[in-house]
Amino acid sequence: MNIAVCSSESSYEPAGEVLQGNDGASTLLTRIKDEEWSDDRLNVPERNPDRYFDSWRVMNQYFLLIACLQLWSTITPVSPATTWGPLAIIFIVSASKEAWDDYNRYLSDKKANERRIWVVKDGVRRQVKAQEIHVGNIVWLHENDEIPCDLVLIGTSDPQGICYVETAALDGETDLKTRIIPSICANLSPEQLGKIKGVVECPNPDNDIRRFDANMRLFPPTTDNEKCPLTISNTLLQSCYLRYSEWACGVAVYTGNETKSGMSRGTAEPKLTSADSMIDKLTVAIFVFQIVVVLVLGLAGNIWKNSHGRKQWYLMYPPEGPWYEFLVIPLRFELLCSIMIPISIKVTLDLAKSVYAKFIDCDDQMFDWETSTPAHSANTAISEDLGQVEYILSDKTGTLTENKMIFRRCCISDTLYGDNNGDALKDVGLLNAVSSNDPNVVKFLMVMALCNTVVPIKSNDGTISYKAQSQDEEALVNAASNLNMVLTNKDSSSVEICFNGSKFYYELLDVLEFTSDRKRMSIVVKEIGSGKFLLLSKGADEAIFPRSCPGQEIKTYQEAVEMYSHLGLRTLCLGWRDLEEGEYKEWSKKFQDASCSLDNRENKIAEVCHSLEKDIHILGITAIEDRLQDGVPETIKLLRNAGISVWMLTGDKQNTAIQIGLLCNLITPESNGQLLSINGKTEDDILRSLDKALVVMKTSPERKDLAFVLDGCALEIILKHSLESFTRLAMLSTTAICCRMTPLQKAQLVGILKSSGSLTLAIGDGGNDVRMIQEANVGVGISGREGLQAARAADYSIGKFKFLKRLILVHGRYSYNRTAFISQYSFYKSLLICFIQILFSFSSGVSGTSLFNSISLMAYNVFYTSLPVMTIIFDKDISETTVLQYPQILLYSQAGRLLNPSTFAGWFGRSLYHALAVFLITVHAYADEKSDMEELSMVALSGCIWLQAFVVTLDTNSFTYPQIILVWGNFVAFYVINLILSVVPSLQMHNVMLRLCNQPSYWITMALIVTVGMGPVLALRYLRKVFQPSAIDVLQQIEQTNRHIETYRNMESSSGTYLDHLLTDLRRNKDSIHQPLLSESLACSR
Amino acid sequence: MSQVNSGAAGPSAGSDVAAATASTKRNKPQYHAFTQQQLPACKPILSPHMVIPVLAFVGLVFIPIGLACIAASNKVVEVVYRYDTKCVPGNMLHNKVAYIQNASIDKTCTIVLKVPRDMKRPIFIYYQLEKFYQNHRRYTTSRSDMQLRDPKQASAITEFCKPEAYAANGSPIVPCGLVAWSLFNDTYSFAHRRGRGGHTEALTVIKSGISWRSDRGHVFGNHVFPKNFQNSSLVGGGQLDPTKPVSSSANFRAFFLLPSSSSVSTMMDGDCGGVQLSEQEDLMVWMRTAALPRFRLYGRVEADLGAGELLAVEVRNNYNSYSFAGKKAVVLSTSGLLGGRNAFLGRAYVVTGVACFVLALQLTLLCLDDFILKIYYDKAGDLWLSRGWKTFFHEHHLNAGDLLICTFDGHDLLTFKVFSISHCRVLYDTSGVAEGGEDPQVSGA
Repeated sequence: MNIAVCSSESSYEPAGEVLQGNDGASTLLTRIKDEEWSDDRLNVPERNPDRYFDSWRVMNQYFLLIACLQLWSTITPVSPATTWGPLAIIFIVSASKEAWDDYNRYLSDKKANERRIWVVKDGVRRQVKAQEIHVGNIVWLHENDEIPCDLVLIGTSDPQGICYVETAALDGETDLKTRIIPSICANLSPEQLGKIKGVVECPNPDNDIRRFDANMRLFPPTTDNEKCPLTISNTLLQSCYLRYSEWACGVAVYTGNETKSGMSRGTAEPKLTSADSMIDKLTVAIFVFQIVVVLVLGLAGNIWKNSHGRKQWYLMYPPEGPWYEFLVIPLRFELLCSIMIPISIKVTLDLAKSVYAKFIDCDDQMFDWETSTPAHSANTAISEDLGQVEYILSDKTGTLTENKMIFRRCCISDTLYGDNNGDALKDVGLLNAVSSNDPNVVKFLMVMALCNTVVPIKSNDGTISYKAQSQDEEALVNAASNLNMVLTNKDSSSVEICFNGSKFYYELLDVLEFTSDRKRMSIVVKEIGSGKFLLLSKGADEAIFPRSCPGQEIKTYQEAVEMYSHLGLRTLCLGWRDLEEGEYKEWSKKFQDASCSLDNRENKIAEVCHSLEKDIHILGITAIEDRLQDGVPETIKLLRNAGISVWMLTGDKQNTAIQIGLLCNLITPESNGQLLSINGKTEDDILRSLDKALVVMKTSPERKDLAFVLDGCALEIILKHSLESFTRLAMLSTTAICCRMTPLQKAQLVGILKSSGSLTLAIGDGGNDVRMIQEANVGVGISGREGLQAARAADYSIGKFKFLKRLILVHGRYSYNRTAFISQYSFYKSLLICFIQILFSFSSGVSGTSLFNSISLMAYNVFYTSLPVMTIIFDKDISETTVLQYPQILLYSQAGRLLNPSTFAGWFGRSLYHALAVFLITVHAYADEKSDMEELSMVALSGCIWLQAFVVTLDTNSFTYPQIILVWGNFVAFYVINLILSVVPSLQMHNVMLRLCNQPSYWITMALIVTVGMGPVLALRYLRKVFQPSAIDVLQQIEQTNRHIETYRNMESSSGTYLDHLLTDLRRNKDSIHQPLLSESLACSR
Repeated sequence: MSQVNSGAAGPSAGSDVAAATASTKRNKPQYHAFTQQQLPACKPILSPHMVIPVLAFVGLVFIPIGLACIAASNKVVEVVYRYDTKCVPGNMLHNKVAYIQNASIDKTCTIVLKVPRDMKRPIFIYYQLEKFYQNHRRYTTSRSDMQLRDPKQASAITEFCKPEAYAANGSPIVPCGLVAWSLFNDTYSFAHRRGRGGHTEALTVIKSGISWRSDRGHVFGNHVFPKNFQNSSLVGGGQLDPTKPVSSSANFRAFFLLPSSSSVSTMMDGDCGGVQLSEQEDLMVWMRTAALPRFRLYGRVEADLGAGELLAVEVRNNYNSYSFAGKKAVVLSTSGLLGGRNAFLGRAYVVTGVACFVLALQLTLLCLDDFILKIYYDKAGDLWLSRGWKTFFHEHHLNAGDLLICTFDGHDLLTFKVFSISHCRVLYDTSGVAEGGEDPQVSGA
């Protein structure tokens, strides 16, 4: 081992503790030394079952308890198989899914772990398996190799010490990034590289892929014992690819799970949809109900036993029972009633949810032809939440806009170019100025071409293309090259530009990087010819103007910025400053020190940069257009009509943001809308304007469209002092524009809305939106130009913003409707069978006899009833076009109208009624000589199955062939299965079904059960449809009518008015509509 | 000067397009009506056109079926005679349990039944035992089906049979358990007198074929003989002949579906010759536990009985129903299409049918009623439009801002002229299709 890598603990201090040399290294490395290189994913198999248990832990424990109780034969009414069977099936299904995933992971891990890598180990260069790389090893990589662990670059094939990496796997950015060897490693020959000794001091592993604040010291004899700073640009990170470099070598600093990519891969917390939490609450309510039933029946059973049971000599009750005797009957009832909580609900819902996700993945109409990306749902479990979204928080650049930057206008030394034709590149004045070498224009173009981090790549035929991280920079460099200022070549230390055919060379001294706090970047170059030192800056106007040289008149520039931002253009301010050599040298040393600091490096660097970026001579303003994406205004209008509040969160300037907001229908122009600005110079001002906005918001008439605008610093103050009134404002306002937001603030806003109980959806495309996307209930990523980072972090990724309407209104709404039905139906069918058992117990001496045998009970829960309900995943209440035409209907699912305590009460009542119908009819029709237990139970069971089929049919809105096949196929399957079972002599059901099928009275009884069971349900539903139609009913009516009579006068508009009326009601009563049935129903109805 | 492309992706534009199409093909989800949720669907909605005919149809079908069921049930002649108290001598009435438990008292008692209507063969004889909880959990589980099926399993009694699992000497009881132990042991013998003053003639009660055909030989094994049955000090119910298998081997025939649709005749063996003696069929019947605490089954008589005939039943009243105050009765019944006399199905059908019919009628009325507008004067003499107005409003597609001019003839006709918000007169088309039309008129009351 040649290089010791020390991880100093969080305090970064102890240079003294850093042990020297290669022998000391082994002690130092103990913390990470023996770890096998393994992919983080290896650990997932152990973690996933935990997650699985987490969400369903309570329910599973319940079922396990029931299953264990069933092992006690004294109390079990049915064989333990009734619970163990389904439980086993459920676990087998989920476990095999997990196992399959694990196996695939294992294969890919194995492949990654066993890759052969060239490593210098103990001074010998040899190939080892990737998992054998230890911290401190020197790793040799060749072109197009995948980097196996985090390395500090110490040598490349390039004489300048540069290599290129593709980081797409890490951050999704497709451009090549330049990586450079640390200065002290320059001039090392490949032979020396294998032998060098030194110490790398690095922080504890973290997941920040943009920061690596470390130091490196090499020991003599290689070099002097000087500390050299390391940054992220000196590293090769795991899972990136080495490109355009013959070879590169580096020291392993983090391996295995401690690499940056390993650390950032951490598992996101499983999200629970509001529908799920509603189901959980209903489950708890049913559980309480069950306990009450059990206690009452248990008591009644004990009373009956003592008053009547002991007189029944044939029961042979012993005079003295064991001490626990009083518990036996209640426990029997507990087991009988345990099926009230459907064991199959989890599996059914999981299955349904994965089908919803598949529908999203397969959706033809959400396929983006331009980038050929289909929609994808990474999280299969939260589709229902899409249908209940109340707030959409959208990023601007790249989400609402195309993020295709085009240089449109500029203002150079008080002259505005591009004003008349909207394209500065075609402005004759500018072209003339270029050809006549106007010094100001030339300087301006030079800054455009030089002050950036763009990499020019020359292809074989001599054309140059540019790789840039920032779309703005790319636009500027392209524009400059169109104006004859061509950036032709660039490496780590020099730049070559070509203007009007003549070449200029510059030495690239320092890059003062862009950060979101500084909002500017600068470079220091030395002109090779004249030896002049120059500082070239570009940045946001408010970051540059205050640093302009005192004498310069900047009013025109300010006006230009104002004007451009009113046009919705992105502005950048370019500046220039001549530096004295002495000044630069002095500064350079400070900069070096700051760059080396381990502690608080970013701030120190910012401070040093600040000291140089002053007295800037402002050259001009550039204005870049970022066009709105196709279909954005329509989509936003539709979403707002659907009752969703849309907020725009952007890092851009207020004026630009407002312009974009107007363009994309987010805010309405002055006559119908009002924009409340929350700003001010001091804290008091800001808080006062917040209060004012709140008052206006409260008192304004409903029709008026109100929105508020707020910027980052105002938000910071508000969050500190007046969170409460801000939350109130946020609840009242349907639209907001938040500009100058940092990624953290975006996430904070999501958090505020979430904590007030709203369901939020965050949509964005860039790395700066990742936090917000992860924080929101539903995160949607746009797989756009800023890479795939957002799309990776998101629950759903789509190609264009306009697909959001389909995602929410079509997929979200259907998913919610379907889940609402499936979950309530699952309870209904379990309650039905359970009520029958309870009713039967009254005629069996409250002794807890099960009317149904074990096989029937198990099959009822697992087979007979779970298949028909799955057909609902194909159901559509109203067609997609209708939904998009009347987006207000989303309010229905948003307010949770289909799954709440009152709808559940309906299902509860229905199951009670059906149980009564089935039981009473069966008992009376099969009275006296026909009242054989097995026969009677089979009659009751078939009654339930018949009702099931009709209930599902009645609640289906549209019938497609898979639905019909499943519902009635299942019905037929019930008879087939039971006829087969009745041939097996050893079963209790032997011959029962065969006999029944031969009795006319059986079929007559079935018809009676169905009619009595469904008649009132049908009539009630019909009456409600006629006299109290819901919005969905009206829309169905409209659909039907439109299909039959295409041109019926006024039909649409009048129904539309009525519908509007209904829907407005819907909005107004959004929260107060349900009668509370459960204690928390108001809170949970959302 | 080198050539510069303005777009970053410029240099390889051609190949990019090709690559894009290739990747498009790869990425694009395949179109299928199923995955796009675009399968052809039928969307019926609950309109009056659908609901009313359905209800009417159901009513139409149900009422005749119900009447037929009632008729079928009425054709069945049933004679029920409760004898549990009648058969206790007057001096023992205060202590019936002591009476039934005293083995020294002769418990034979004769009752006379009068046949109300002609009864055609076969006539089934049932006993009716009330308040006997054969469905009690302690009871239903106290049996061993394994033991009944297989002679080798005789000793393999599970703990389910407790407390009637082992005899005093420790050997297993066959058949074990409370169910078998409490076998019903009242017996009946019948004699009838033809006409007034005619001679008395005994009726043979056939007790074979009363159990399920499928039970014999399958559920109850052929070579299983009773052992140690009713040997303990506490005698529950009837005795079994230890020489007979629990199931008759001669009757070993695979079950098959009989073409007969009557439940009772399916249940009974078709052998009318009476050659077959009952081979513990009582037990088989008994062990098919009843789901309700009122149940019966005894045997059958192959003879016709005329109306008014007198029937003497000699009852051996052995079974103790007195300790739980259970009623006992003997029942003679013929068999109908739907089994015994049970008017429930028929009545339920008629009631349901009528309800559906009434509902259909009501809904039709409601539909018609929609177009009737209620007009009334309040105390102040103002005219008010009430019920039906809302429907009128929607039917005629009135919008906010429309202008209505009403003319009231003072009796029952209210004529509206409707002007839309654009001041155009709106003409309604009553025929449904063509243009032109008239003003809506409403009859009021």
